[in-house]
Amino acid sequence: MQELLLIAVGSAFVNNVVLSQFLGICPFLGVSKNVKTAAGMGGAVVFVITISSFVTGLIYKYILGNPNIMGGELAYLNTIVFILVIAALVQFVEMFLKKAMPPLYSALGVYLPLITTNCAVLGVALTNVQEGYGLLEGVVNGFATAAGFLVSIVLMAGIREKIEHNDITESFQGTPIVLVTAGLMAIAFFGFSGLI
Amino acid sequence: MSMTGILLAAAIVGGTGLFIGVFLGISGKKFAVETDERWEAVVDVLPGNNCGGCGYAGCSGLAAAIVAGAADVGACPVGGTPVAEKIAEIMGVDASVQVRKTAFVKCAGTCDKAKTEYIYSGIRDCIMAAQMQDGGAKGCSFGCLGYGSCVEACQFDAIHIVDGIAVVDAESCKACGRCINVCPKHLIELIPYSQKTAVRCNSSDKGKALMEVCQTGCIGCRLCEKNCEAQAVTVNNFLAHIDPEKCTNCGVCAEKCPRKIISIRAV
Repeated sequence: MQELLLIAVGSAFVNNVVLSQFLGICPFLGVSKNVKTAAGMGGAVVFVITISSFVTGLIYKYILGNPNIMGGELAYLNTIVFILVIAALVQFVEMFLKKAMPPLYSALGVYLPLITTNCAVLGVALTNVQEGYGLLEGVVNGFATAAGFLVSIVLMAGIREKIEHNDITESFQGTPIVLVTAGLMAIAFFGFSGLI
Repeated sequence: MSMTGILLAAAIVGGTGLFIGVFLGISGKKFAVETDERWEAVVDVLPGNNCGGCGYAGCSGLAAAIVAGAADVGACPVGGTPVAEKIAEIMGVDASVQVRKTAFVKCAGTCDKAKTEYIYSGIRDCIMAAQMQDGGAKGCSFGCLGYGSCVEACQFDAIHIVDGIAVVDAESCKACGRCINVCPKHLIELIPYSQKTAVRCNSSDKGKALMEVCQTGCIGCRLCEKNCEAQAVTVNNFLAHIDPEKCTNCGVCAEKCPRKIISIRAV
């Protein structure tokens, strides 16, 4: 239990997926214009990463990393198979939500299919393999990483809403000031590094 | 790596692909959601600006509501009567005649008429300025601040700052309601396009207090209320209001108003 908690806190804050591993920067910069949509994106990512870390964990455990099949040599196929699985999973989740939970589907909107191209999803799946996590540990790690993503994208959106009202030098308007903000946030999150 | 390794790798990736293909195919059939063909037809007819003036999330959201019967066929304020008629045709109902509306700014306190209390040199944005002392630099705490938050909100270039106050161009206005939502002073309202008379003031200050800060503005003298034959004008909280349902556009109120605050709009 304590170990799971350490994994959770570790991947949500200390090794925050955006601000210290620099994965998933594209939605972090692209979908953080207002808090509501940012929270929608974050929620969708939590949903997909949690499920995908379970499914990819299963595949690694029983097929690719299984010592009985080619002595586990097939692990080099991890990336390509995981990408396939994640893309399919996002498609399936989209179909399922459309049928079963239309309100959630319309709330997430275009952000749901966009998750396919979010490298944080693949990043988590590969990290789980790299760290040798089991199924449960992998799912906890996935959920916590996605929660870290949610926290950072919502914080970013909050700051950007405030920036809108600031008088910024022309050369810094738009993306530059956002990148500077992201850098400062990363430094702030660096403060968590002594936690574990 | 042996030949078996290569074959096995190909088999695993190919098998995964095949499995996913079949799985998605089946679930696609199983989770298929029937889209109403009327919905697609309505989406095609709607303007597609996704302005949100109807209160739904974009044009497709409104189309879904219309098909579901939750929204009126004329619910699109931008499209007006022509669009309402087309939608009514698709839905097989009669389009009730739609009243064209326009936004209207309830303030006439231009630079020369309204006093300012202090010099505001902050961000040129009404929402920020309204949070300053006394709700902005303008002496009248109800009046238009003139920093143009509504101008930025308008997607149709229908509202402009003229002489320190916002003025709506009724011809370009689509009555989408964006400026209404953004104005921190809640100065903008929708009135029928054909209504000629409108009160250009939003101040509920008493007469004397109002005269100290603005050379124009409603003082609540009730002359308009007394003279209106249709009883369309009511004065509450020292502010006249015209009921568009009752107004006959006779213009008596504008004539009698000692402050000339009820304007005759050129229609």
